[in-house]
Amino acid sequence: MEPFTRITAIAAPIDLPNVDTDRIVPARFLRKPQGSPGYDRFLFHDVRFEADGAEKPEFVLNHPSFRGARILVAADNFGCGSSREAAVWALAAYGVRVVIAPSLGDIFHQNCFKNGLLAVILPGDVVTGLRGALHARPGSTLSVDLDSQTVTAPEGAVHRFELDPFRKQMLLSGQDEIALTLGYEAQIAEFEARQA
Amino acid sequence: MGTTMFEKIWARHVVAEGPGGQTLLYVDRHLLHEGSTAALVRLAGSGRRVRRPDLSFATADHYVLTSPGAPAPDAEIGSMVASLTAHTARQGIVFFGRGDVRRGIVHVIGPEQGLTLPGMLLVCGDSHTATHGAFGALAFGIGSSEVEHVLATQTLWQRKPKTLRVTVDGRLAAGVAAKDVILAIIATIGAAGGVGHAIEYAGSAIRAMSMAERMTVCNMSIEAGARCGMVAPDETTFAYVRGRPFAPAGDAWAQALGLWQSLPSDPDALFDREVRLDAADIAPTVTWGTSPQDALPITERVPDPAAVADPVRRASLARALAYMGLAAGVPLTDVKVDRAFIGSCTNSRLDDLRAAAAVAKGRRAVVPAWVVPGSGLVKQAAEAEGLDRIFLAAGFEWREAGCSMCVGMNGETARAGERVASTSNRNFEGRQGKGARTHLMSPAMAAAAAVTGRLTDVRRL
Repeated sequence: MEPFTRITAIAAPIDLPNVDTDRIVPARFLRKPQGSPGYDRFLFHDVRFEADGAEKPEFVLNHPSFRGARILVAADNFGCGSSREAAVWALAAYGVRVVIAPSLGDIFHQNCFKNGLLAVILPGDVVTGLRGALHARPGSTLSVDLDSQTVTAPEGAVHRFELDPFRKQMLLSGQDEIALTLGYEAQIAEFEARQA
Repeated sequence: MGTTMFEKIWARHVVAEGPGGQTLLYVDRHLLHEGSTAALVRLAGSGRRVRRPDLSFATADHYVLTSPGAPAPDAEIGSMVASLTAHTARQGIVFFGRGDVRRGIVHVIGPEQGLTLPGMLLVCGDSHTATHGAFGALAFGIGSSEVEHVLATQTLWQRKPKTLRVTVDGRLAAGVAAKDVILAIIATIGAAGGVGHAIEYAGSAIRAMSMAERMTVCNMSIEAGARCGMVAPDETTFAYVRGRPFAPAGDAWAQALGLWQSLPSDPDALFDREVRLDAADIAPTVTWGTSPQDALPITERVPDPAAVADPVRRASLARALAYMGLAAGVPLTDVKVDRAFIGSCTNSRLDDLRAAAAVAKGRRAVVPAWVVPGSGLVKQAAEAEGLDRIFLAAGFEWREAGCSMCVGMNGETARAGERVASTSNRNFEGRQGKGARTHLMSPAMAAAAAVTGRLTDVRRL
């Protein structure tokens, strides 16, 4: 997993609440292996592209200023619905490293961390303010620093976010979680012996 | 102070307290389907083995075609089933595959086979895994990376969620189903209302429910944002489980029963949040929008965005109506449908098919209507009591078991603009096919829509 330290990048606002993982990656793409050619185009496919493959100009990532955004600033319950990790794979394939929202679907939230994406939860008014700033000045950048757990807004305001130390350490190190857990073999075996 | 059922089951599965408030939990049961194959492939690629193949069970459901006779799918879809077949064989995992009457939707066959038991920690790479919580199990959906983690270690790192008790007291009126109860709950707490929480459903209306009904309720917990939802095990639960192929028997049964009876939340247990609904207030319910929280009694009208003060909510509502092709203020019973779909892990069990057949009997479907049983055994049982003949005589299509048109990944989809009266769990944009419009409802309501060609109050049929 690619470690995460800090990033300064163009951020795109996603204004609608309850954006589900079916919308992030439609089901018919789930039979394509992760990382197959064109995977980045599956991201938001049906709201991003016309049937003929042309871009829908009204979709935020097709706006010239937001194209290639590596940070998304979303609304409540982004990533709700299906457990499909392909939603995160498609975001990663597009280049997204950070998703900021007031709340995230629980399974999507977990999936982000397994793939080196930083999920940042900030209060609703702060997130609404960030989206407002991005709309006011499209193409602005945000800075996200994992070590200090801060998001720096375009105008310089600094917002600190909470993150549990385990997830933080896994992101900073890019460590393989399975390898870490296999280090608990003695405890797992002891648990199994007790159950038997 | 007492302990909640959730906390009791959690505590029984703690392997180690890890860093940063994370707990390593032991997984008693891991269910797999075609979507789990990618994790098996990565595991094999890393040279690791499945730690406990004996605790893992697999079936094919998401990518199996359900047209009568179960024809072979195209190469790409067929490869999803073939790949799972090969990998489970290599790892020594029991697989209910094509041609096995036990094959079916993973959340239908787990309980049916007695693989789902009270007090278990059960996971599956599917967000509707909360279904198994109906047995008093801690059951939740996981992503592909977590599937691989469970395969390799039989454990998961989790942070303890908060608890939310949803109490539904009173008696449900005639024509009101478990589906209406869960749609009413989601409309009350919202699609994000349960985020970060484990839900326990309680109250006399839940107690009075059959296991199939409890499964319908728990199934849609994720639609309220909660990864798991559960119901305390009781005599209804034990009667269902007893004698199932993988359920404990003999001395093991007596021992298990002792544990199971100790699971319900203590009377003085405290929950982080409490929500109460009166069963008498719940009517047959349908969704009108593109989130499961967009649900109203069938007697209501399509809501008007102009009447909503909050600008974000107003924009969201307007977008939903545009996608759904609905005008504000129209009575829901005036909305015409193009198809009906009766099936999915929410509503494909024998009780569901009986409820739909009771409406279909002696009537005639005026739009294409599919009935997709949840498993080969559900299909067999339904045929034994003649439900297939009732559906066929009414012009419904009687199909093979699978996820079918709930999930939009197997080619069984509705066309753009088609409006579907559906017993499934998600009315998301594009869920049942690109541009397809989904209205969620109970099996009886979907059958009623099939025979009238519009959303219909089953009580007035």
